[in-house]
Amino acid sequence: MAAARTFRVLPGFNLTLGYTLGYMSLLILIPLAAVFLKTTELTWGEFIDVVTAPQVVATYKLSFGASLLAAAINAVFGLMLAWALVRYSFPGKKIVDALVDLPFALPTAVAGIALTALYAKNGWLGQYLEPIGIKVAFTPLGVLVALVFIGLPFVVRTVQPILEDLDTELEEAATCLGAQRWQTFRHVILPILLPALMTGFALAFARAVGEYGSVIFIAGNLPYVSEITPLMIITKLEQYDYRGATAIASVMLLFSFTLLLIINGLQAWTAKRTGRDR
Amino acid sequence: MSIHVRNIRKQFGSFTALDNVSLDFPTGELVALLGPSGCGKTTLLRIIAGLEQADSGQVLLDDEDASGTHVRERQVGFVFQHYALFRHMTVFDNVAFGMRMKPRRQRPPEARIREKVHALLNLVQLDWLADRFPSQLSGGQRQRIALARALAVEPRVLLLDEPFGALDAKVRKELRRWLRNLHDELHITSIFVTHDQEEALEVADRVVLMDRGRVEQIGTPEAVYDHPATPFVATFLGSVNLFHGRVEDGQLHLGEHALALGSASGDVSGDGKAVAFVRPHEFDLVPGWRTGDGLPATIVRVVSVGPSAQIELSRLDGERIEVTIARDTFHPLGLGEGDQVSLRPRRIRVFQDDTRAA
Amino acid sequence: MAGAATLHLGSDHAARFESKQATRETPLVKWTILAIALGFFTLFLLMPLLAVFVEAFRKGWETYLTALVDPDALSAIRLTLLAAAISVPLNLVFGVAAAWAIAKFEFPGKQILITLIDLPFSVSPVVAGLVFVLVFGAQGWFGSWLSDNDIRIIFAVPGIVLATVFVTFPFVARELIPLMLAQGKEEEEAAVVLGAHGWQVFWHVTLPNIKWGLMYGVILTNARAMGEFGAVSVVSGHIRGQTNTLPLHVEILYNEYQFSAAFAVASLLALLALVTLVIKSWVEHRAVLAYRDSQDTAS
Repeated sequence: MAAARTFRVLPGFNLTLGYTLGYMSLLILIPLAAVFLKTTELTWGEFIDVVTAPQVVATYKLSFGASLLAAAINAVFGLMLAWALVRYSFPGKKIVDALVDLPFALPTAVAGIALTALYAKNGWLGQYLEPIGIKVAFTPLGVLVALVFIGLPFVVRTVQPILEDLDTELEEAATCLGAQRWQTFRHVILPILLPALMTGFALAFARAVGEYGSVIFIAGNLPYVSEITPLMIITKLEQYDYRGATAIASVMLLFSFTLLLIINGLQAWTAKRTGRDR
Repeated sequence: MSIHVRNIRKQFGSFTALDNVSLDFPTGELVALLGPSGCGKTTLLRIIAGLEQADSGQVLLDDEDASGTHVRERQVGFVFQHYALFRHMTVFDNVAFGMRMKPRRQRPPEARIREKVHALLNLVQLDWLADRFPSQLSGGQRQRIALARALAVEPRVLLLDEPFGALDAKVRKELRRWLRNLHDELHITSIFVTHDQEEALEVADRVVLMDRGRVEQIGTPEAVYDHPATPFVATFLGSVNLFHGRVEDGQLHLGEHALALGSASGDVSGDGKAVAFVRPHEFDLVPGWRTGDGLPATIVRVVSVGPSAQIELSRLDGERIEVTIARDTFHPLGLGEGDQVSLRPRRIRVFQDDTRAA
Repeated sequence: MAGAATLHLGSDHAARFESKQATRETPLVKWTILAIALGFFTLFLLMPLLAVFVEAFRKGWETYLTALVDPDALSAIRLTLLAAAISVPLNLVFGVAAAWAIAKFEFPGKQILITLIDLPFSVSPVVAGLVFVLVFGAQGWFGSWLSDNDIRIIFAVPGIVLATVFVTFPFVARELIPLMLAQGKEEEEAAVVLGAHGWQVFWHVTLPNIKWGLMYGVILTNARAMGEFGAVSVVSGHIRGQTNTLPLHVEILYNEYQFSAAFAVASLLALLALVTLVIKSWVEHRAVLAYRDSQDTAS
């Protein structure tokens, strides 16, 4: 009797799984392992010195702070945009819906120079903002604007399908039980959306922390002021400080792994809460 | 083709799906695997097909061990529960699929395929749907196309997984008859899985009752209905009234009352705790309470529609009993709700080890 | 992480919600939400997009065309197309293989594998570039061996391709895995019972069912491959006419204050993004139709 373990009706298991694992190891896992191996060339003390240098710490503050704020902005406005797209009809809706994905499709460098052009002193928006004392381009505020741009689709696209699946009967039941519209939203709809909303928030946050292309044009990249962590890695590389660059990269990678696990948990929660198989 | 299943065991993790199952399916019969969900019937069907492999045991097809034979070579026709029709192909292409997948040397010419597909579609009376897509068909039509597709490869055996499970009640009834007639026409050894006892009893030559991975009873529909071998079979097939009591001196004691077990089948020899089963139509009703002659009860509700009257009664201890009597017999008695009667079972089935009773 | 970019079968639900008393807001609330939502959309999406084209044509058609036919620009276009032409098929094959293994079979560690496939999404593009410098760079693992054999990977085309493959790695797989998991394996099993062999099952049964998801994944892969900046920037070395992709070319022009030329090249990429979105919407539309067909049960 052949062992049950090796029995498969459909063909190709060994081939496809083997290829998947091989390809992934070669291209993704082994190169990523290089980061941690390279980091071990530093002593623990040197490593701490590199990753806690004041200039580096300043970049963490900006990268994480601006990313959190951008994700929060996207959570609020992204939810409204998703709500408008699902619940209201208005002219041009199809175009708006399609363009929401623009940040996925538009190369980040293009987004970067476009935003800079908008917010520069003589730009469409900059010319009105600078006179009233709001400087966006070449300041931390510019970093925030770029991060809002690239994180925009995440919340909309995670919340939208959940909103579409909502049964109208749920809200009708709440209304029959005497709830005001706002109470219905607060106590019935929002709890259902919450896991998806948090997933979208986390995705936007994760994307923003690692973002490079759209930020560097508008940031001005002043040390201690508007320098982001990925740029710090590039700067170290340009100075041939491979160990320093790698040390910071390993901090970012650890952060990515953690966030990835959190996002996975959130997605499982969304699936459980809404019964969607995703 | 005959099918023999020998000592099949199958575990899914810590769940035992099949526990030492041995069965024989003679050539040309239509057999139902009947049981509640999770009893292992679908797993057994998939093991016979070769879609699943048993942990131990053998499947013999025409007395030949099929363990080493891939499902592709077993020449079985399998009808999936949700039909598994290829949604991007027309009905015609679905039915032709099996023939077109054959190696070039064995593949019939396209004209022959065309002829055969139309013959099969005629057989299932759906030739006019050849150019439709599965999504354009009703559930019953899909079911029949799935069957035609399975028959196209000239299977030695036809396996159907809950063939009527996804259909509504009316279509289900029609298709049941139709499947029976088709089987009488083709005489291909067929096994179908169902959890619907009515379906199994009406369609099958023989019924295999399964529970928790074990075979409880095998027999013709009449045999398993009239002579259930276990408490499980007695409760699973048809509606039944349950009596928990003790057997002593050839009598079934139920609290203060006792029923003579003269007409009983089952374990009536020894004394001890027992559970007795009486079907609703196996009672006689006698007006008034008579001690020592039947079981006193009060009529709670009478539904007298159609050929028989359904009567719900309450025993003195409050337990409910269902009785069905021909209307013509019931009406002359002049009984109504609230009246007191004595119940005399014509048949009792007693099982003394009641630990497995439902 | 592709969570936000998977093929999404929505249709217009507004009528359903707007027609019912209980799921409708007062006009004031409705128009406020709409105004804020569309204002946000205009400010952050529409205006940057328009700015690209306006800036590109600021100095007229002639400057625009000159920027595009510049030899360096043309070589950047060629390199960008090359990187996409290599990474799209590679990740396509990987995506199909991974989705097949994951959706059609049970094996331990499956959930971990799905998580690992997502990994490149959450890694900063800069780090993605850095890893290849560490492996193939002058000071990397294979650095001395490569220079002894006169093979250049970093600051050369192979490095750019590798970085592009890395950042576009999950798109197709991420698209197909949920799709194929949802479709189950009954149709494939039916095909096997009917006598189909491995490739026959895939070509005749699986592929027709996943084609829209597959196309969707390919479009996303392609868009990202042509537009990647951070990862490619690290490994490229910015050698004009040799290791510059279109996005890097935009950066160089911009940093040299050739704004109109930079925006001209950028407009080409923006156009690519718009075409991507159009094809994407079309694929979504077709997928919705196909899905409806398969669900339109007359039963």
